[in-house]
Amino acid sequence: MSTQALFGQLLIGLINGSFYALLSLGLAVIFGLLNIINFTHGAQYMLGAFVAYFLLNKAGLGYWWALAVVPVLVGVSGMVVERLMLRHLYRLDHLYGLLLTFGLALILEGIFRNEFGSAGLPYSMPESLTGVYNLGFMYLPIYRAWVIVASLAICLGTWFLIERTKLGAYLRAATENGALVQAFGVNVPRMITLTYGFGVGLAGLAGVFAAPIYQVSPQMGSSLIIVVFAVVVIGGMGSIMGSIVTGFGLGVIEGLTKYFYPEASSTVIFVIMAIVLMIRPQGLFGQR
Amino acid sequence: MAEEVLRVADLHAWYGESHVLHGVDFSVHRGEVVTLLGRNGAGRTSTLKAILGLVGRRTGSIRVNGVETVAWPTYRIAHLGIGYCPEERGIFSSLSVEENLVLPPEIAAGGMSLDEIFEMFPNLRERRATAQGTKLSGGEQQMLAMARILRTGANLLLLDEITEGLAPVIVQALGRIIVKLKERGFTIVLVEQNFRFAAPLADRHYVMEHGRIAESFSAPQLASKTEMLHEYLGV
Ligand SMILES: Nc1ncnc2c1ncn2[C@@H]1O[C@H](COP(=O)(O)OP(=O)(O)OP(=O)(O)O)[C@@H](O)[C@H]1O
Ligand SMILES: [Mg+2]
Repeated sequence: MSTQALFGQLLIGLINGSFYALLSLGLAVIFGLLNIINFTHGAQYMLGAFVAYFLLNKAGLGYWWALAVVPVLVGVSGMVVERLMLRHLYRLDHLYGLLLTFGLALILEGIFRNEFGSAGLPYSMPESLTGVYNLGFMYLPIYRAWVIVASLAICLGTWFLIERTKLGAYLRAATENGALVQAFGVNVPRMITLTYGFGVGLAGLAGVFAAPIYQVSPQMGSSLIIVVFAVVVIGGMGSIMGSIVTGFGLGVIEGLTKYFYPEASSTVIFVIMAIVLMIRPQGLFGQR
Repeated sequence: MAEEVLRVADLHAWYGESHVLHGVDFSVHRGEVVTLLGRNGAGRTSTLKAILGLVGRRTGSIRVNGVETVAWPTYRIAHLGIGYCPEERGIFSSLSVEENLVLPPEIAAGGMSLDEIFEMFPNLRERRATAQGTKLSGGEQQMLAMARILRTGANLLLLDEITEGLAPVIVQALGRIIVKLKERGFTIVLVEQNFRFAAPLADRHYVMEHGRIAESFSAPQLASKTEMLHEYLGV
C-alpha cells in the first residue's frame, strides 16, 4: 500500500474526528450542566444540514450565510425544546431525559424521511473552498482542510470559554452546585436554556460543515451519533478537553485502522470503548 | 429600633413530601447579629434555605428589606442584598481559589474590595493562585466561603455553622471577623451549634425545636436562660 493511501486515510480520520469532536463536545457541555444525555443530538446535526440546504434552495443564502445562521436557528429550536420539555425532567432520573430526547430524535428523523425520502440531497461546496492543495506527498482538498481547521478552532475556543473565562466559571460552578450559584443571584434556569442552545447549535454547525461532504439525508445523524456516544463514553461523560482529544484521536485511530486492517475499521472504536469501560469506567478524562 | 432587614412569619417548608418547617417566626434588624440555635435536625439550615428558596416548597411570609419574597425564584432573592454561606461551605472544586472568590456577582454597591478582604483573611491572599478551591484546608475553605459574599455588596449575611469542625484558633479568628463585620454594619444571622462561640457575638438569640422557634431572648437575658438552653441544646 502507498503512503498516499495512508495519508488519505489519515485525512478521512481527521475529518471524521472533527465531527466526533464537535458533536461530543456539545454532548459534554449539555450533560455537564443539565445532566441529560441528549439523544436528539444526531437529529439536530441532521437538522443543521437540512436548514443549510433550505437556506440555499429556498432563500438563496449560500454556505457562509448558513455557517452564521444555522447554529443560531438550530440552537433556538433547542432552547424551545429545553423550555417546553426538558425543564420538567431535571428532578427525575437520567432515564427520562434519555427517553424524551430519543423520542424526539425518532420524530424528527421520521418527519424528514416522510418529506424527503431516504435518498440524500446534494449540497454544493462554496466556490472559494473548492480545489485541492498539492502537498507533494498528497493532494489535500481545500474544503476538508477548512473543516478540520475550523472545527479545531471552535473546539479550542469553546474550551477556552468554559475553562478560562468568567462566564465559564459560572458554568463550571453551576455544574457542581446549581442551587448555590442561584443563591448567589445568578439566573441559572436561563443559563441552562442558553447552554442547551449552545450545545445544540454546535451540532447544527457540524451539520453545515457536513453538508458539502456527505449528502444531506434524514439518517445522516443516526449513523454518526452511535459512534459519537462511544467517543463520549471513552473520553468521559462531561469532560470538555476529553471530548475534543478523544474525538480527534479516535477519528485518526479509525483512519489508521482502515489502512492497516480495514476489516476492523468499523468496530475499532467500540472495541476501544469496551476496553476503556473495563479498565477505567469513568472514561479517559472523566473524574471519580 | 433600626428597621427590619428580615421578617419571617408563619414559614412552612417541605422537601418533597416531608414537612420540615412548621410556622417559623422571627425578625432581624439592621446591624444586628442574631443566632438560630437548636439541636441537630431542629430546622435551622432549612430556615436559611427556605429564605433563599432552596427548599422544595414554602409558604408563609418572608420579607427582605420590606419586600415579600416567598413567591420569588431563588436567583432574584439574593439581589435584595443577601449573602449566603452554606453549611457544607460550597467551595467549587472546578474553580481556582480566586475564581471561587470572585464568583458571586455584585448585587449592590458598597461591597468590600479585594484588598480589604485580603486584609481580613490574610491566608487567602497567599492561596489565591491555588488551582482548585477544594485544595484548601477546612479553615481556609470556610474563610473563602465567607470572603466571597463580602465582595458582592450583600448586607444581610446568612452564615450556617461556620465553626463546625474547625480548630479552636480558627474559631477564635472567625469570632474576631464577625465582630469586625458587625462594626462595618453587616446584619448577620448565625446558625450555630457552638453556643460558647455565638453567645458573646450576638445581640439576640432564637432557639429552634421541631421546625419552629421555641424561645427567643436578648443577650442581657442570657444569664437567666442557661437552664432552659441546657434543656433545648443538651449542652
Ligand atoms: N434535603 C432534605 N430532604 C429531606 N429532609 C431533609 C432535607 N434536609 C433536611 N431534612 C430534614 O429536615 C429537618 C431539619 O433539618 P435541618 O438541616 O434544617 O436541621 P439543622 O437544624 O440545620 O440541623 P443540623 O445541621 O445540625 O443537622 C431534619 O429532620 C432533616 O432530616
Ligand atoms: Mg444545619
